[in-house]
Amino acid sequence: MPTQSSTAASDQSPIAAGEPSPQGYLHSVETGAAVDGPGMRFVFFLSGCQFRCLYCHNPDTWKLHSGRPVTLDEAMAEVRPYAGFLKIAGGVTVSGGEPLVQAAFTGALFRRIKSELGLHTALDTQGYLASGLPDDWFDPVDLVLLDIKHSDPDQYQALTGKALQPTLDFARRLVNLGKKIWIRYVLVPNITDRDVDILTLADFVVSLGPAVERVEVLPFHQMGAHKWESLGMDYPLARVPTPTAEQVERARTLFASRGLMVA
Amino acid sequence: MTAVSKSTVSVEPWRTFVDGPWKTRVDTRDFIQRNYRPYEGDDAFLAGPTERTTGVWTTLAALLKQEREKGVLDVSPIPTSITAHDAGYIDRANEIIVGVQTDAPLKRAIFPNGGMRMVKGGLEAYGYKIDPEVEMIWSKYRKDHNSAVFDVYTPEILAARKSAVITGLPDAYGRGRIIGDYRRVALYGTDFLKEEKRREFHETDDMVFTDDLVRLREELSEQVRALDELCQMGAKYGFDLSRPADNAREAIQWTYFGYLAAVKEQNGAAMSIGRISTFLDIYIARDLAAGTLTESEAQEMIDDLVIKLRIVRFLRTPEYDQLFSGDPTWVTEAIGGVGEDGRPLVTKTSFRILHTLYNLGPAPEPNLTVLWSTKLPEAFKTFCAKVSIDTSAIQYENDDVMRPLWGDDYGIACCVSAMRIGKQMQFFGARANLAKALLYAINGGVDEKSGAKGAPGFEPITGDVLDYDEVVAKYEKMMDWLAKTYVKALNCIHYSHDKYAYERVEMALHDRDILRTMACGIAGLSVAADSLSAIKYAKVHVIRDDKGLAVDYRIEGDYPAYGNNDDRADSIAVWLTETFMAKIKAQPHFYRNAMPTQSVLTITSNVVYGKKTGNTPDGRRGGTPFAPGANPMNGRDVKGFVAAGASVAKLPYCSAVDGISWTASATPGALGHLPEERQRNLANCLDAFSAAGGHHVNVNVFNRETLLDAMEHPELYPQLTVRVSGYAVNFIKLSREQQLDVISRTFHEKV
Repeated sequence: MPTQSSTAASDQSPIAAGEPSPQGYLHSVETGAAVDGPGMRFVFFLSGCQFRCLYCHNPDTWKLHSGRPVTLDEAMAEVRPYAGFLKIAGGVTVSGGEPLVQAAFTGALFRRIKSELGLHTALDTQGYLASGLPDDWFDPVDLVLLDIKHSDPDQYQALTGKALQPTLDFARRLVNLGKKIWIRYVLVPNITDRDVDILTLADFVVSLGPAVERVEVLPFHQMGAHKWESLGMDYPLARVPTPTAEQVERARTLFASRGLMVA
Repeated sequence: MTAVSKSTVSVEPWRTFVDGPWKTRVDTRDFIQRNYRPYEGDDAFLAGPTERTTGVWTTLAALLKQEREKGVLDVSPIPTSITAHDAGYIDRANEIIVGVQTDAPLKRAIFPNGGMRMVKGGLEAYGYKIDPEVEMIWSKYRKDHNSAVFDVYTPEILAARKSAVITGLPDAYGRGRIIGDYRRVALYGTDFLKEEKRREFHETDDMVFTDDLVRLREELSEQVRALDELCQMGAKYGFDLSRPADNAREAIQWTYFGYLAAVKEQNGAAMSIGRISTFLDIYIARDLAAGTLTESEAQEMIDDLVIKLRIVRFLRTPEYDQLFSGDPTWVTEAIGGVGEDGRPLVTKTSFRILHTLYNLGPAPEPNLTVLWSTKLPEAFKTFCAKVSIDTSAIQYENDDVMRPLWGDDYGIACCVSAMRIGKQMQFFGARANLAKALLYAINGGVDEKSGAKGAPGFEPITGDVLDYDEVVAKYEKMMDWLAKTYVKALNCIHYSHDKYAYERVEMALHDRDILRTMACGIAGLSVAADSLSAIKYAKVHVIRDDKGLAVDYRIEGDYPAYGNNDDRADSIAVWLTETFMAKIKAQPHFYRNAMPTQSVLTITSNVVYGKKTGNTPDGRRGGTPFAPGANPMNGRDVKGFVAAGASVAKLPYCSAVDGISWTASATPGALGHLPEERQRNLANCLDAFSAAGGHHVNVNVFNRETLLDAMEHPELYPQLTVRVSGYAVNFIKLSREQQLDVISRTFHEKV
């Protein structure tokens, strides 16, 4: 049996040029995810994130090297057994962490999933690191799940420790590249649930046009709290309540009031 | 006696039906194949509950509430039989389909033939006393099945039973898992069926009268007698069952009476109804076409039938209920599937019977089982997925792996056991505990909990680190002993059951010459597989007590666990399944030449099995529950349920043709954001599991919060239904331990 060349695809990428088969750091995989893109998804959760979001429910993915090192071949071997199922039922999503922390690996992985398995692909990102990537990096990506954590630049900075603008710029760029987009918005009581902030975001999303297929309002939950504890960190949002069904419904209605498809 | 002729049946009941061999000989399948019309449309035609249906269900709900509070609503002192009790009703003026087991709904009968001990235990537990005359009859003049079994058991069987290395044996009550072809009562009436039985009887007149043949002749005579009694029972309700059913209502009523006679006569561990929906659809379609029935009336009749099937009850001891969580009766109805000619066996009545879960609300019984095929009509797949997501009350079994073995008119006995209806039965054999047997292998047959010798003639492992090859060699020998002891026990049980508690009316609704299977089973598969994987891929140190008994293990390093689609571990589970089946098959004798089979199924006894098994080399603490059925151990399937399902699907059905059970749970949110997406995703997963060769899957869709709230406020959740290995239960009837087990079991929700 010939072994698959893991470098062939990455040769085409300027960013990965000269790099041997990139190695990735993998936090975990999930074979049956249904809320990370259309249909049933195989999800790679890569480790490493440059953000330190106060409400992060996966702080165990922050550190790049806390993940398990994998080669591209190994990553492909993880997903390959499910290709037949994923072809009918959904596709593959690369999430994190922030998958663009490992842009070379993520890009090469997408190219191989596309060329070898022909599956639908989705990138789950908040887009901050995308500006350094060439346009053709996105060729094998069908859909971007774009996480916008707040619509107010100051609050965004306070919440994530980074600037909002690169994410908004990235959204515009995806439109120009002809990519489909799902916007994801985490609803945190007292932090992201003000009507004015939601409507500001909704107006921005509307301005992106039909590239945005849907907006997902994700209710903040406390299920990540134990991970902060087990990492020996103080959880800043330990006392923040989860939103009520009414609050979630209100946020969804606000997005929908701008004519957006909300899920 | 004369040979049967067509003249015994007036042509009227069969008007408009397509001719075929079914008209001259009993052949229900032939009738169905020639007369049913597949339905490929969606659920838009379905009718909601009528005021009458809601009224009857409300009347019953009050009784069900009293029953929940008291444990048992009432008990009839009369030993049961097909004709022992007068007619009984829930609400006579409003019932469309009638008949209850005794003379009142939820009033339980006593079944002394199965075992007087169970009768007395059950009565005493709920504050009743046995009628002294009844007690005298069954102690002085009449022997029961339970006493007979214990007259012949060996000391080793008794010890294995006590330590629970073999357990759940049907030696104290009815064995069940026999499905009469209740449809025959509707299609033919009892006169025709009796004639057929007499013909079968006289065919043997000139044969050599061996023990087997004399027993068969006596059984056939009893079957004819039972058909007479069935007819008398119908007369008590004002119906003439001697003739075939003339319309849809009669067809449902006759079929149900056939079943009712069975549950009046037998308190079997599982009493499936078979595969009746598509059969009944033929009658319903005929009446609808004739304009004598409306859709609403058709649904009403199915609703009323299902109300009856929901209140089948047996008197059991609290220990039994603890093992099986409440009052399971496994009134399993197999729905859908695809015919041998490729036409789906889905009809509008397949939809109607599932729709009862909306019209009456969810419930564990009847145990609605969809025979899934990738070739089912898409609209039906979507509807099933919708019902699963809304009610968690249905299970799926892979028609594509069963049809090649059992044809297209099989039913499911209990949870997962396929059998051709009216042509096959099984000798139910509960299960052997493979995890505990591994500990026996390590300790040389000494029980790790009691310290008593369970299996004689074995030497323990003495090394401090377990060596894979040594363990496997000793384990194989221990499995030889286990299989030998187990099959001997089953031979005792089924000999005694045939002799003292024969299923007269159920067998009257079978052919004379049938296939019998001896249905063995295994528990603790994932614990045993993970233990062997730990021994092979990590380093397992043995911790012994002061008597030198291995009582605990320390694992150094990681090992691959079953349930992650990792062949290193999954192949061990496959090996265990194949090896134990081979050891069963190697036994020298099976009662009545039964064909040995096995299942990987625990029902809810995974909790009790866990309790009776000490620390295991996979790191599981003694006493903690096993995973149910063929499930991976809780929390060890870390790659999500598609990977877990892929692992389960590797277990070869050909080595476990009595069924392989997997229970998968998800929150609604984890199946997708929008209802249509959830339905499509679930249907796709079921297709994928089937295509991979998976046999059975329970689908639970609920939120952890709902279950927690139901534990605190059970009164608010009288109908909350949860699927557990092979069947469904009322969540609030589970013991607290079982409730916690269900909750802690993998919720496939990515955090």
